[in-house]
Amino acid sequence: MIRVVLPAHLRTLARVDGEVQLDVAGQVTQCSVLDALEGRYPVLAGTIRDHDGGRRRAFIRFFACEQDLSHEPPDAPLPEAVASGAEPYLIVGAMAGG
Amino acid sequence: MSGVRVLVGTRKGAFVLSSDGKRDRWEVSGPHFAGWEIYHVKGSPANPDRLYASQTSGWSGQVIQRSDDGGKTWGPVGNKFAYDGTPGTHQWYDGTPHPWEFERVWHLEPSLDDPDTVYAGVEDAGLFRSADGGQTWQELPGLREHKSGPSWQPGAGGMCLHTIILDPARPGRMFAAISAAGAFRSDDAGETWRPVNHGLQSQGIPDPDAEVGHCVHRIAMHPSRPDVLYMQKHWDVMRSDDAGESWHEVSGNLPTDFGFPIDVHAHQPDTIYVVPIKSDAEHYPPDGKLRVYRSRAGGDEWEALTSGLPQEHCYVNVLRDAMAVDSLDDCGVYFGTTGGQVYASADAGDHWAPIVRDLPAVLSVEAQTLP
Repeated sequence: MIRVVLPAHLRTLARVDGEVQLDVAGQVTQCSVLDALEGRYPVLAGTIRDHDGGRRRAFIRFFACEQDLSHEPPDAPLPEAVASGAEPYLIVGAMAGG
Repeated sequence: MSGVRVLVGTRKGAFVLSSDGKRDRWEVSGPHFAGWEIYHVKGSPANPDRLYASQTSGWSGQVIQRSDDGGKTWGPVGNKFAYDGTPGTHQWYDGTPHPWEFERVWHLEPSLDDPDTVYAGVEDAGLFRSADGGQTWQELPGLREHKSGPSWQPGAGGMCLHTIILDPARPGRMFAAISAAGAFRSDDAGETWRPVNHGLQSQGIPDPDAEVGHCVHRIAMHPSRPDVLYMQKHWDVMRSDDAGESWHEVSGNLPTDFGFPIDVHAHQPDTIYVVPIKSDAEHYPPDGKLRVYRSRAGGDEWEALTSGLPQEHCYVNVLRDAMAVDSLDDCGVYFGTTGGQVYASADAGDHWAPIVRDLPAVLSVEAQTLP
């Protein structure tokens, strides 16, 4: 079970409270987690990464295990602690004012 | 008794203001979509309970919301706005080529007769259409692919398609306006387009009367007289009597002819409204006095409307989509400010009062007249 934490505006949009828990088939990567997330909550498509090409939106960051994974390859395995559910995968709005 | 619903988009959410036909007591609902920029909310003329809202965020991009009960409840619909084919480039601020990239929806224009059909004007400038209530969007690429497209450049707010007008008398005729490319007309339901900017004069471009490159801020039409168009340009208030084929200036005695919105009285096609702003460098009313100007002659001769509006220390702006009229017998006029006030007049502008004073900066105002 993968634990995902969304920024507040996206929790509201997806109508969820707290963490999202996802089953991810196969290797646990940023891409497979986001695919599963958008599969469960289609309204999030286009709000975290582009519809076409999957490019991360500029003001969205990905963190886990106290590391910034925003610039890691989307198909690279996530840390074991995320894959096992011990640690959440954090989708964060960049601190850019607002 | 008939009533009015005013749909307000702000920097931090949408608000729905409702009143009966007297328009002196208002209910305020919202914020809807709190914390998001709401560029525009508009209802279907064919079914006033069908509303569309453009919800955007620098972090999370574009969401389109739809309501089927007049704004009580909302649900997200499609947000995929993909340009047709390879979109190419337009000019950037410095004159260099810049890739066409979708940023946000500025304006939603529901069809006159089908609640499920709605047009979206977007930044970077393009026109999209949905025929399934906003679930899916297809570009009408003929506008963006006009041969002048690579020379279009953004205005200060971005290269936005902000005005869409559907001609009620000639099915298939529509107008669009882009900052800073100008006005365009289609006579075949958006398949093909041509610039309609003859008569416009703009400083700040190499050829002041060029075919394209004009920073049109807003165009308005009265449905009973669709060949007459009124335009608030970056500078200059303009009028066309031949569906955009030619324009002439009607700024007349305005204290300044810079501004953003322009609108037409619901029952008097020659009565129009603008809000003069000091200059392109100083986006607030001249002399700190918030004054709507009304012409009853279709331009040239203007009177200041001040009753109920602040006449000192007022330094707000009124943005291009932030003025609307209702169609009750005594026409109501509404506008919102960047200071968060929404003002209403139930007597065609003679007297004004704020409905709300402290909203986030207002981006758009639309009025619905309800049975």
